Amino acid sequence: MNLLDDFLVRAILAGLGVVLAAAPLGCFVVWRRMAYFGDATAHAAILGVALALSFNVSIFAGVLALALIMALTVSNLSGRGFAMDTLLGVTAHSSLAFGLVAVSFVPGVRVDLMAYLFGDILAVSKGDLAVIWTGAALVLALLYWRWSALLTTTLNPDLAIASGLSPKREQMVLSVALALVVAVAIKVVGTLLIAAMLLIPAASARSFARTPERMALIATGIGALSVLGGIEAAFAFDTPTGPTIVCIAALIFALANLARLLRPQTR
Amino acid sequence: MSLVSLDSISLRLGGRQVLDHVSLTLEPGEIVTIVGPNGSGKSTLLKVIIGALHPESGRINRQKGLKIGYVPQKLHIDPTLPLTVRRFLSLPNRVSDEAAHAALDDAGAGHLCNHQMTDLSGGQFQRVLLARALLTEPELLILDEATQGLDQPGSADFYAQVEALRRDKGCAVLMVSHELHVVMAASDRVVCLNGHVCCHGAPEHVASAPEYRALFGTGTHGALALYRHDHNHDHCDLDHDHEAHHGQQVHMHDHSHDRTHGDSQDHPHDHGETA
Ligand SMILES: Nc1ncnc2c1ncn2[C@@H]1O[C@H](COP(=O)(O)OP(=O)(O)O)[C@@H](O)[C@H]1O
Ligand SMILES: [Mg+2]
Repeated sequence: MNLLDDFLVRAILAGLGVVLAAAPLGCFVVWRRMAYFGDATAHAAILGVALALSFNVSIFAGVLALALIMALTVSNLSGRGFAMDTLLGVTAHSSLAFGLVAVSFVPGVRVDLMAYLFGDILAVSKGDLAVIWTGAALVLALLYWRWSALLTTTLNPDLAIASGLSPKREQMVLSVALALVVAVAIKVVGTLLIAAMLLIPAASARSFARTPERMALIATGIGALSVLGGIEAAFAFDTPTGPTIVCIAALIFALANLARLLRPQTR
Repeated sequence: MSLVSLDSISLRLGGRQVLDHVSLTLEPGEIVTIVGPNGSGKSTLLKVIIGALHPESGRINRQKGLKIGYVPQKLHIDPTLPLTVRRFLSLPNRVSDEAAHAALDDAGAGHLCNHQMTDLSGGQFQRVLLARALLTEPELLILDEATQGLDQPGSADFYAQVEALRRDKGCAVLMVSHELHVVMAASDRVVCLNGHVCCHGAPEHVASAPEYRALFGTGTHGALALYRHDHNHDHCDLDHDHEAHHGQQVHMHDHSHDRTHGDSQDHPHDHGETA
């Protein structure tokens, strides 16, 4: 337990926990072109923060509830004739705005707002760590359990239905997983950058992978590398940790695509 | 017991009556082909049968636990999704390497095992789709223009495979095809669809039905229309009226014929009851 007394160790473990769940889920976000969906869910979290503070419940519970509501609402609206990208863009940004306004009504929070927007990974407590790893384990279990069904649905909903699967149910699974990831990641990277941790490692992994499973594994590796590198770099340059982690991920993305461009034959 | 039975299914999509009181039953082991011009609701009907679309009225009964193999007309694979042919065959249920290789070999795609799905040519892609559909050992195989993009031998091989599957496994087949000469030779029953069921029955009956010829035949030589490939995709009603009065000994439904390409287009004649 001594090791966990070190805030740096806790930070690293928190980051790795988030990556473990976010990277494989992020692959589905990329494959299903749900980037905005991730954004909308993550941004709704700030409203959850405001509500949690007002009603004095745990931030995790508030964020999870709001993210879940947002994810389920949006996935229910999809396929009903709305222009999805517009709708999601509207929801993503308006929920952020409403959240920010709502937070300003809660007394004594102004100082903390940055922590919820950009995360505060160096302030992760042992309790936070337990929540993060439990949430991550749940997401992983969910993805593992539904993997094949999720993949088939992602490939083609009609094909999935013909095989006796229900695309609606799989969409629900993804919504729940997404809400969980948002809830555990808010402390680490903050609402504004959660979508980045979903997208960037998965997108970087694409050029190195030949199967979906490989892509999820490589994405997890890239995510872990970003966490380690980001925390290290934040220390060296005295920069905010959450954004630095995302910067490292973005650099890896750029390098990965450069590598692909230089070797166009490999896939 | 029938595998699937549809009773007077109707469905509107985007404000258009795409399916209009369609009834159809599929018995175990039979090969039924749906023919009809583009936009006549063939793909939509297949999607209703697999359960991807729900009819607004009418009833559909599927045998409990019916195993369906489905080859969709279009399958777009997002380029962000890395997927080898081998991995594709194991979706959603894992199949053994032996089974996968055997299925690919049968489909003439044995060498494609480690290719990316997105790298395949149209015909290769189609062969892989077929291999996957056959791997599940379905009781009902649903094929939506499954031979599109296949070369002549590929297409012939494919129909031979379907026939063998029916013979060996007793699998029923429901397919949409534009290859009329093959359809007529290989099917037990043909359903001519144009929103509603124009006519149906044994291939030779359908081929001589005036409704069928109105859709596909260019002249009055019904038999010729079978083998000629210049079937008219845009339902041309011109000689329909004329034809309708000469229909003989054909299995036919009485219905009005005034539904074709959209509600925008007017079809003044009503060739319901035929002499
Ligand atoms: N999702 C949809 N929304 C609106 N219209 C549709 C949809 N799907 C199909 N249609 C229309 O239904 C008609 C029948 O389509 P389809 O069943 O694909 O025809 P076919 O397979 O016989 O060529 C077409 O006119 C098509 O435009
Ligand atoms: Mg079609």
